[in-house]
Amino acid sequence: MTAIRCINVCKTYHQGRDEIKALDHVDLAIDEGAFVCVSAPSGGGKTTLLNAIGGLDMPDSGEVWIGDTRIDQLNKGELAELRLRHIGFVFQAYNLIPVLTARENVEFVMEVRGVPSVERQKKSREILQEVGLEDLEGRRPAEMSGGQQQRVAVARAIVTDPSLVLADEPTANLDSKTSEGLMDLFAKLNKDHGTTFVISTHDRRVMAHARRLVKMLDGCIVEDIRQKGT
Amino acid sequence: MNTAGIVMRLAWRNLWRNYRRTIIMLMAISIGAWAMIFMIAMLRGMVGDMIRDGINALPGVVQVHHPDYRDDPSVENLITMPSGEIESVFKEAQIQYFSPRVRVPAIVTSERASRGVTLVGVDPAKESLIQAVGSNIGEGRNLESVDDSGVVIGHRLANKLETSVGKRIVLMSQDRNNEVVDRGYRVIGLFTAKLPAQEEMFVFSGRTVVQKMLGIGDAVSEVAVSGPDYKLVEPLVQEVRQIFNGSEEVLSWQELDEYLSAMMGIIDGFVFVWIVVIFLALSFGLVNTLVMAIFERVREIGLMLALGMRPASILSQIIVESVFLLLIGLAIGNVLAYVTMLMLPAGIDISDLADGMELMGASDVLHPTINVKDIIIVNTFVLFLGVLASLSPAWKASRYEPVEAITKV
Ligand SMILES: Nc1ncnc2c1ncn2[C@@H]1O[C@H](COP(=O)(O)OP(=O)(O)O)[C@@H](O)[C@H]1O
Ligand SMILES: [Mg+2]
Repeated sequence: MTAIRCINVCKTYHQGRDEIKALDHVDLAIDEGAFVCVSAPSGGGKTTLLNAIGGLDMPDSGEVWIGDTRIDQLNKGELAELRLRHIGFVFQAYNLIPVLTARENVEFVMEVRGVPSVERQKKSREILQEVGLEDLEGRRPAEMSGGQQQRVAVARAIVTDPSLVLADEPTANLDSKTSEGLMDLFAKLNKDHGTTFVISTHDRRVMAHARRLVKMLDGCIVEDIRQKGT
Repeated sequence: MNTAGIVMRLAWRNLWRNYRRTIIMLMAISIGAWAMIFMIAMLRGMVGDMIRDGINALPGVVQVHHPDYRDDPSVENLITMPSGEIESVFKEAQIQYFSPRVRVPAIVTSERASRGVTLVGVDPAKESLIQAVGSNIGEGRNLESVDDSGVVIGHRLANKLETSVGKRIVLMSQDRNNEVVDRGYRVIGLFTAKLPAQEEMFVFSGRTVVQKMLGIGDAVSEVAVSGPDYKLVEPLVQEVRQIFNGSEEVLSWQELDEYLSAMMGIIDGFVFVWIVVIFLALSFGLVNTLVMAIFERVREIGLMLALGMRPASILSQIIVESVFLLLIGLAIGNVLAYVTMLMLPAGIDISDLADGMELMGASDVLHPTINVKDIIIVNTFVLFLGVLASLSPAWKASRYEPVEAITKV
């Protein structure tokens, strides 16, 4: 079963007179339960691709399918519903709501979904323990390091047990030990729950975890490597 | 989707995020609310005094006359029901404060001068119950009974006539046959009134003495009726109308004194304009605060939208934040206004100003009056329009494009 399918997806940005092809005729199919790494140098189109898949940004042309829904034709409300119910996000630049504590940030999506508070607490405590932040659950983002914030974001992305996790450079701010731990956690979730992971990175150690490595350059897919499982 | 909890929590925390800005805004709202309530109380107090004094000029929030009396206040137009019967029917109807009077134009003459006045024959016991003008005796004594043959005149009139307590004066009027009747009276007391005109206008004597002088038997020209609150006059008018059953003219003070009731209307308009002006100043501050707050939060609003929160929840977050701000500000403002009222003496002496205001009928002591209805109006108005003013920034926030907010580095 195919979880994600991009057909001939193009996205062009205009910067003054320049045209930047952030996605240039991208064709990509990702199976359910896959563990895919998208790697590219900075500016290669990773974030643009993940945003297109996550229903955050509309491609100029082409089709984006999640399961059997063509999402580039959904309206804003339907897209919001899709993101809320089915996708876990780790964004590259900005992830946490400053006025909420670590635990409240983790619970945010559950709360918007209407999960009862007892269940929210149980799940958020478990997941914070798993990312090693059980002692910091009462802290606000400003009181945590970049790495700790990143782990809170990851915790929020996976706590709802979504069918798809889109993580944009999730290890960018982490030391190697923590990022190893995180990748192990992703791999475990992928194996136990069949969660589909699409992770963008230019970190070689992260790439090493992926069973499939999609390399991009200037908005084009230049290599698509199936690796041995880890 | 039940997002009320998280929306409230976010609104509350965001409110205290830039607490200095919030406190300044709270001060603005509470001072605004305070000013609205306080100014309204002052205006209400001023008008209330004006009306009370006006009614008290010859008191009675309701007055009964012969239908032609107001056109021609002479002895020809008397109430057909004699005063003895009036007393018994009013007692039967359990109306406590009423006073049958004879009231005719007259000329008063002293050894030195003469002037046109209004001669009022009263029952002093009844007048003191409704606190007529003549009951504030500055010198000498008040009338003692319905057949007291002395007169009480105002200080100013005494000066004009160059007379004083103990001296005699002559009052002249007409009887039913247009014959001149006169009688000598001894001045027994001088009254003071808030309005100088009243001190020059009225001359009081015992009712039966005046009736005898005019030869009108037991007839009276007016019945003044008073109630506990001058604003609740309609039921009283109905009751008195029933007693007289259409044979006499029964009018409330509003109908008797169109000037005073017009003042009431003007004050209501004034209060409204005052509220609007203060609110306009407030709303600029409020909208500015919200616009700034939203501008600072572009990214997190984008983040919430990206995670799947509905624009409606973003909108309500901003509105709720504004409601919190307004509610707290209003609460402080109301308490401030209340405390100010408590701290003020029962009346504010404005006699320096009062000379100029006297023409309008204002007295020289102001009694601020808080009116529950005004407070409710002020609070609802500020809250309602405050929310209305917040709608536009809140709407703007809910329309953010999540991807732009998220990817901005
Ligand atoms: N909002 C934007 N406006 C203009 N150019 C953009 C915008 N977003 C991305 N780009 C450009 O598109 C290209 C791809 O960007 P991005 O997908 O963010 O790359 P990556 O995530 O791999 O670093 C880059 O050249 C970037 O400058
Ligand atoms: Mg990127």
